[in-house]
Amino acid sequence: MSSHTSLRTAKDRARLASAKGSTPQELARHLVWTRREFLRGAAGVALGSSLLPSSLIARTGISARKRKVVVITFGGGARDQETFAPEGQENVPHLLRELAPQSTFFTQVVNRGILGHYVATASLATGVYETINNFASLPPESPTVFEYFRKDLKRPASDVWVVAPSNGFNRIGESSHRSFGPGSGARVILPKYLLGAATSGLGDYGHLLRDSYETPLYAPELSGNIFELEQLETILKLSVEDFRAHALTLSSPDELSVYIVRQLMRQFAPSLLWVTLHDIDIAHAGAYSLYIEGIRRTDRLSAEIWKAIQSEPEYAGKCTLFILPDFGRDSDEDAGGNGFQHHRTGDVISRTTWMMALGPGIREGVVYDRPVDSIDLVPTLGSMMGFTASLSRGKPITEIL
Amino acid sequence: MHPEDLKPEQFSGYPPEARKLALDYLETFRRLPLSFLPSLLREVIEFDFKFPVERRHLEKELGNLRSLSHEDLRAWFREFTEIRLSESLEKLNWIASPAQFVEQLSAHLWATHQMDAFRHAALGYADKLRAAVAPEPPTSPRLGIAVIGQGVDVAPGPLFRKLRTYGAYFSAVNPENGLRQLLEVVAARANSNPAPYGHWYIDGGEPLPHASGVTSVSYQAMEPVRAALLARIHAETQKTGMGPEALRTLMARLRPVELSMAPGGDPVLNRFQIKLLTEGSGTQIFSTSFVEWAAREALRRAEPLTVLARFAPRQRQKPMHELLSPGPEQVALDPVGSLVDADMGAYYNWMNQQRLPGSEKSLFLVWFENHKEAVAISPALPRGTVSTETIDLRGILSWMT
Repeated sequence: MSSHTSLRTAKDRARLASAKGSTPQELARHLVWTRREFLRGAAGVALGSSLLPSSLIARTGISARKRKVVVITFGGGARDQETFAPEGQENVPHLLRELAPQSTFFTQVVNRGILGHYVATASLATGVYETINNFASLPPESPTVFEYFRKDLKRPASDVWVVAPSNGFNRIGESSHRSFGPGSGARVILPKYLLGAATSGLGDYGHLLRDSYETPLYAPELSGNIFELEQLETILKLSVEDFRAHALTLSSPDELSVYIVRQLMRQFAPSLLWVTLHDIDIAHAGAYSLYIEGIRRTDRLSAEIWKAIQSEPEYAGKCTLFILPDFGRDSDEDAGGNGFQHHRTGDVISRTTWMMALGPGIREGVVYDRPVDSIDLVPTLGSMMGFTASLSRGKPITEIL
Repeated sequence: MHPEDLKPEQFSGYPPEARKLALDYLETFRRLPLSFLPSLLREVIEFDFKFPVERRHLEKELGNLRSLSHEDLRAWFREFTEIRLSESLEKLNWIASPAQFVEQLSAHLWATHQMDAFRHAALGYADKLRAAVAPEPPTSPRLGIAVIGQGVDVAPGPLFRKLRTYGAYFSAVNPENGLRQLLEVVAARANSNPAPYGHWYIDGGEPLPHASGVTSVSYQAMEPVRAALLARIHAETQKTGMGPEALRTLMARLRPVELSMAPGGDPVLNRFQIKLLTEGSGTQIFSTSFVEWAAREALRRAEPLTVLARFAPRQRQKPMHELLSPGPEQVALDPVGSLVDADMGAYYNWMNQQRLPGSEKSLFLVWFENHKEAVAISPALPRGTVSTETIDLRGILSWMT
């Protein structure tokens, strides 16, 4: 694990305090206010104050076991001011105008764990703040949502998939927990890895495969339950030639991930599908325009997945979509960081983000301001789909159940 | 190894002036907690390569620590002593390699959920230090200048959105001889307030001729060093067992001569430039990131009176389909994207300048190169105003003072 702390020289430490006009608590309050007011004004949503009068099952008539869920992690790391704050709204037109009015929106999702993308995504997927090395090829230590889902509901491997951006996420599908053995979690597809195999020697492949923007010069060894090139044809019914030809029309790895998602939806219609998008993390290179481009692309791709959900017969009317960043990025005001570029300070802005849920039975156009924890996602999925996330430390989010 | 067991010979690997400083304060070091001391030693070990202002700050901080009574010291470091360290951290050679210790400490703090406590301790220390050791005001008001948008005919959107509210927006700047006027102003300030590393000119491309009393850093001049660094990194990452921590350690130890930097020259400036590339993120590949980070580090470390930062077009980020398509190797530029990067970079330059003592009197000018738009921030100019009067840059600068 090698996230950086920001203890520099004494004068920097002094500036940490002097540069900030607000306490973390004041910043947090301001953050909530700006999000809430903005969403009300721009997307025509209302403040949610009470729980729904009946359960999700009663409202939809869809039993927990027949419900499908797609989770998009809007990554890696986007701040309010480039997304839902007034000055950022131009970057998320699809989320704002198409999806937010149909969603229940949580303005304050707090990640209290390690702010590295792999470990944070692992925390989202286990409901426990994981402490594994962000840059090593290690499985989560606590059981994943995929393992709970398959074990409790006795589902086959084909019913749960993860599509992730880079080699660093190859172990996210199943934990090292002794109650769950190898092969009991989700298959993980790494589209860039497949592309590497499919296009070996073609073009500037090494540059494309830059694995992690957090450590752009290092790629961990692959291992775990990952999907290999030959399985494109046998499992996804997609020829290597078609895959390669399609990749040559795309502009980014996240577009390739969404292409794979659509193939999975058509071939297997998995009940639980987890997509980690990552283009935004180009921000680590310090180019603001590329960070914004990444946000706009992720906004568009999120809407494309929602459209796919509505157009696929297996999903239409019975799928709940969750969209949430794994965390934010550093504040401009924190002298210990360098603004949007990194997520190293652990400040309020970098820890606080948002989540939207939409689908049948989910109240539309409602905003909740109460703090929700990142690790609340897994027990919420458990309540929604009928399994128990027994070792998760989060709590089900009752507003959408 | 604990601080109270420190011995003089353990500092034998320090550069001469750093060693002398360490031995002068050995007794003080023995009284400090291990969660704090290595971050202080990280500064001490670099003493020979520090700018004059940094040396003074460090000496004052050390003098203050030495002056504290036993009771005061306990109060100052109570929160640091409550940080739990691991046995492996305690076994590290934090005297010889304090930076590596701090990096490992950072990982430990994240993994053990002590980052917030550490952050609180650091802020508390900074508050106390600021109260005990007054910051040095500048001898005259600082002036920051950012020149953005080189090679762009039409801006893709409104510029200076973040800075306008703090100053006056000029919409009818006469751009003729603009750069020359700015360099003349920098030269005049260097002439009237001569100070080592007190006046800087940073260029994202090829530097223009400038006065001899001005410290100059440019992306173009660093090209051979960048190439040598990337080749070195590439070679290292091919080695078995090379992970991100090891790579970062290696980069931190690289000396100028190992990166094709001519022997001789100014060792302080050479070390500064190497650090821009080995510690900065994206500075090796994007000129806009290089300029923003160089200005930030120059301000943070040298606390100059003048900084002229001229952004230049960075290389274009190729979309995936181009990376996969073999073609002639040529570096294409992205002037419009670079303008967006630089607009944000200019805002960060101003923020970083405002973190320094004397901020209430400091001046800042940002200009869209060869165009009519600029924003000037000065106590002499009303905030949030617009001037449509035709005026050249020299005229704006005269209004600012």
